[in-house]
Parts: sequence; structure tokens; C-alpha cells
Amino acid sequence: MSDFLREYLPILVLLFVAGGFSVALLLAAKVLAPSEPDREKLSTYECGFNAFDDSKMKFDVRFYLVAILFIIFDLEVAFLFPWAVSLEYIGVYGWTVVMIFLAELFVGLIYAWKKGALDWE
Amino acid sequence: MWMTLQPVLGEIILAITASQFMLLTGLSKSKKRPDLIRLMAVVGLLAFAFVGFVTDRNVTETFGGAFINDDFARYVKLIIGLAGAAAIVLSRNYLRSERLDQYEFSVLLVYAVLGMGIMVSSNDLLTLYIGVEMQALALYVLAAFNRDSLRASEAGLKYFVLGALSSGILLYGASLIYGYSGSLRFDGIALALQGDYGPGLVGGMIFLLCGLAFKISAAPFHMWTPDVYEGAPTPVTGFFAGAPKLAAIALIARVLYEPFGDLAEGWTLALMVFAGLSMVVGALGGLMQTNIKRLMAYSSITNMGYALVPLTAGTLAGVAGMLTFMTIYVVTVIGVFACILQMRIRNGIVEQISDLSGLAETNKGLAITLTVMMVSLIGIPPFAGFWGKWFAFGPAIGAGHYFIVVLALVASVVGAFYYLRIIRLMWFAEANEGFVAAPRIERSFSLVSAVLLLAMGILPFITYPGLNLIRDAASSLFG
Repeated sequence: MSDFLREYLPILVLLFVAGGFSVALLLAAKVLAPSEPDREKLSTYECGFNAFDDSKMKFDVRFYLVAILFIIFDLEVAFLFPWAVSLEYIGVYGWTVVMIFLAELFVGLIYAWKKGALDWE
Repeated sequence: MWMTLQPVLGEIILAITASQFMLLTGLSKSKKRPDLIRLMAVVGLLAFAFVGFVTDRNVTETFGGAFINDDFARYVKLIIGLAGAAAIVLSRNYLRSERLDQYEFSVLLVYAVLGMGIMVSSNDLLTLYIGVEMQALALYVLAAFNRDSLRASEAGLKYFVLGALSSGILLYGASLIYGYSGSLRFDGIALALQGDYGPGLVGGMIFLLCGLAFKISAAPFHMWTPDVYEGAPTPVTGFFAGAPKLAAIALIARVLYEPFGDLAEGWTLALMVFAGLSMVVGALGGLMQTNIKRLMAYSSITNMGYALVPLTAGTLAGVAGMLTFMTIYVVTVIGVFACILQMRIRNGIVEQISDLSGLAETNKGLAITLTVMMVSLIGIPPFAGFWGKWFAFGPAIGAGHYFIVVLALVASVVGAFYYLRIIRLMWFAEANEGFVAAPRIERSFSLVSAVLLLAMGILPFITYPGLNLIRDAASSLFG
């Protein structure tokens, strides 16, 4: 095994410990806890009332659109933080590259706006 | 600055055309915009196809070696750019008659070609993934472009889910390769293979290969192909069958020959399994099809099997054979789909093979062109399809892989049955109600493609410069 891989050994150990620990806890709950299911316990629980309707309800597709747009601009910010902090090392070249990236995203934003993706109604 | 940007000039042209010109024109209020945008797309794609041959022809790397432009990439981009332009021109009448004429179609197609350009020029596992994903994302949307149609949505969703799975496999392979070689760059991986390397490198390579096999729909990763081909709009299917397959198989050739050249005994066997299974599945699966687009799907599975045969040889002639075969295949596919787009009766488009019955009586021109395509796909001389197979199977014989070549020939014979069935139906069966007159674009595309298939087979002055170009392209993988 090379030195390169050995540097990652702690992560492997961590994976095993984390995996083993969670499996152990799940198994312990399964084995040790008393289990007496009845109809009331298994039915849908809704604030003490009888359940109004099925838990699998229809969901407005517009939420997905908002989520997708959110992810794009969230990622943009995730790129911008390390860029902003390291701007003094990457210089004009780094600045230009990110400006091109922002320009491309801006075109996308204009498109989404014009298409009405940002309007709720 | 110029030194950095010159190798990616074609991609920059495409990116700016698509995102700046086309999208922003699309937002204007003008009535003519789909046509205007199509024009921009075609100009951009033609510029992309030829720009590599206009600027200098040396091997140039850029972005710290992540992107390479050599003769191999230039040649593949030439074919892909032309196929993309053909798809856009061919789509016009179809989209209009189906009331789908949204300008986003051209934009997405240009983005798909841009992704393919990045794929074939990748010199780094990250560039490879960006290219693969970029073309795939655009193609998912194109497959479901007719979003009111249940079958098109199903095609898009199926393609998306299986494509995401294949990307996952590909990334897992890439991470194994990075973990065991410590490099994302192809030359770094090749260097790691010189010393002693762990089993993870071989495993990673196989995973990477499986991910890419999804993209060329090689069996056993072919199950999405028939449904996607059937559900997607016909011009999109015609594009699917040609350009993305060429880009993915060119990427396979580059990955196997450049970084993994020293593992040849490992991947030769894997390629043989893919090629053999694809040929068998494609040849047998096509026998019972009634829909011509599904038939073409099985035909493309078989043909990808044939295209993998020369790559098993591991020689320069093998790569050249693959490129020759794929070039001829792309020309054939464009012609066949130009013919399929002409299958239109008074109340709409038909896709059943039985609709072709008696075509020789009602529409002799279409029957003759389609017969030329089918004969070329069977591989009967003097049509180009024969020479494609000749150059594809020759190198494998040279490398002593007789078994796979015999299997390929058997698959050709079995596959000939379904092409012959179409020919028999057109010439000897009872005539249906004829098709309505097709627009001139479709007719001229199918005619040009049929003439090319005949000419490439018999006229040396067309073929020799092309073969030289292909040999230059192939030799750049053996630098």
C-alpha cells in the first residue's frame, strides 16, 4: 500500500466504526425493545385526531422548479466563497474566469425570468 | 491568452453561439425566431466542425493539460459537427408539423454537441465527466421534447434514470482510478501503470468502461435503447443513433489506448464481451420488431458491436477501422432517418414497417434510396457499408481474434434478415395508400446520403483523402 493510500486509512477506519456503530444500535433496538404492534399504533398519526387523508398527497410541481433554481444559485455561492477568499492569489486570470462563469449564469437567469419560472402565479 | 484558448476555439464558438446568441435571440419577440436560431445553430456547428482544420494542426493541450486537441479529436468533431447540423436542418419540417417548433430544440442540440466536443478532447477524468454529463443532460431533455406525449416522457425519464446510473458507475470507476494512481490526468495514469499498481486500477478501468458502454448502448447495457429510440421525436432519434455514439466510442478509444494502453490484455477481453453480446442481442432482438424506429435501435446495438471489434485489436489499424466504420455508419443513419421522416400519410406520421409495403409502386424514389441504405447496412459491395465492415474486421483478424470476427459475420447474416424484410416489403408486397409528398429537405438528405454510400464504395478519389485523414487521426493516439 502506498503512502498516498495510507493517508486515507483514518477515513477507512472511521467508515467502519460509523457503519458498525449504527448497525449495532439498529440491531439493538430491534432485538432488545419490546414490540407489541396493534392497529392504533400502526395507523397514521396526526396531532391526536383521526387522520384526515392519505399521507401520500399531491404536491405542487412548482416547488421543484424553485428547488432547482435554488440549487443552481446555491452552488454559485458555494463557488464564490473560496474564490473571494483566495482572490489575491489567483489574480486577474482567476477573476476573469469567474466573471465568465457569472455571465453564463446570468444568461440562464434572464432566460428563467423571461420564461416566467420565477412567477408563482 | 491565444495559446490557452486556441485549442478550445471550436467549443468556445459553440458555447457563445448557444448561450449568448441563440438563447437571447430566443427571448426576442420576433416571429421568425425559430428559423433564425436554427440558422445560427447550423453556422455555429459548421464552424465547430471545420475550425480545427483551419487553425494549426499540431497537438495542443490547454487548461493545464486537461483538454487536448489532436487530429483524432479534430476528425471526430468534424463528423459530429456535421451530424449535428444535419439533425437541425432535418428537424425543421418535423417540428413544425408536430407543433413542437420551440427554439430550445436547437439550443439543446448545440449544447449536446458542445458536450461531445469536450468528451472527445478530454485528457483528464474530470474533463471526461463534464463532457459526458453535458451531452447527456441535453439529450435527456431532447428525448422528452414532445412533453405532451406519454411515450416521449417515458423515453426521457427512462433515459435519464439509466443515464444517471451509468454516470454513477463511471464516477465510481474514476474515483477508484484516482485513488490508485493518484492522478486525474491521462498521462499521470499511464505513468502509474508503469510501476506496480493495485487491483483497483483494473477495477476502476472496468467500471469506467461499463459507464461508457451505457452511452454507446453496448449490450448488456443496451436496455434503454429501443424504448428511447421509439419514444423520442424522430429527428432526435436520428441524432441519437449517430453523433453521441461516435463521441462515446471515440472516448472509449482514447481512454483505452492512451492511459490504459499497458493494460491491453485486460480490456481486450472486456471489449470482446461487449462486442459479442451487442452483436447477438442486436441481431436477434431486431428480428421481431414491427416499428421501424425500434428496428433501428436494435440495428444500432449491432453496429456498435461491430464498431468495438476493431478496437479489440489494439493497433493503429484498429482505431482507423473503427473511425472508418463509424463515419460510414453516421452517414447511413442520417440517410435512413431522412427516409423515415418521409413516412407520412394524410393524417400524420407513421412508423410501422408494414406501412412501407409496396413503396416501390407508390414512391419509387424513396424506395430506391431506402433500399440503398438497407443494402449498405447489410454490407454488400460496392456500397460503403461493405467497406466499413472490411476496415472494421480486418484489424481484428490481423490481431488473431478470429472468434469475434466469425461471430460478427454470423450476426451480419442474421441481421441481414430484417433489412431484407424491409426491401422485400417495399418491392414485392401489395401497395398501401402512398405517402404524401415529402418536403425537399428530407428528400435531398436521403438522396445525398444514398449517393455518398455508393460513391464512397467505388470512387477512390473521394475515399483516399478521407482514409488519409482517418489514418492521421488514428495515429495521434499512438504518439
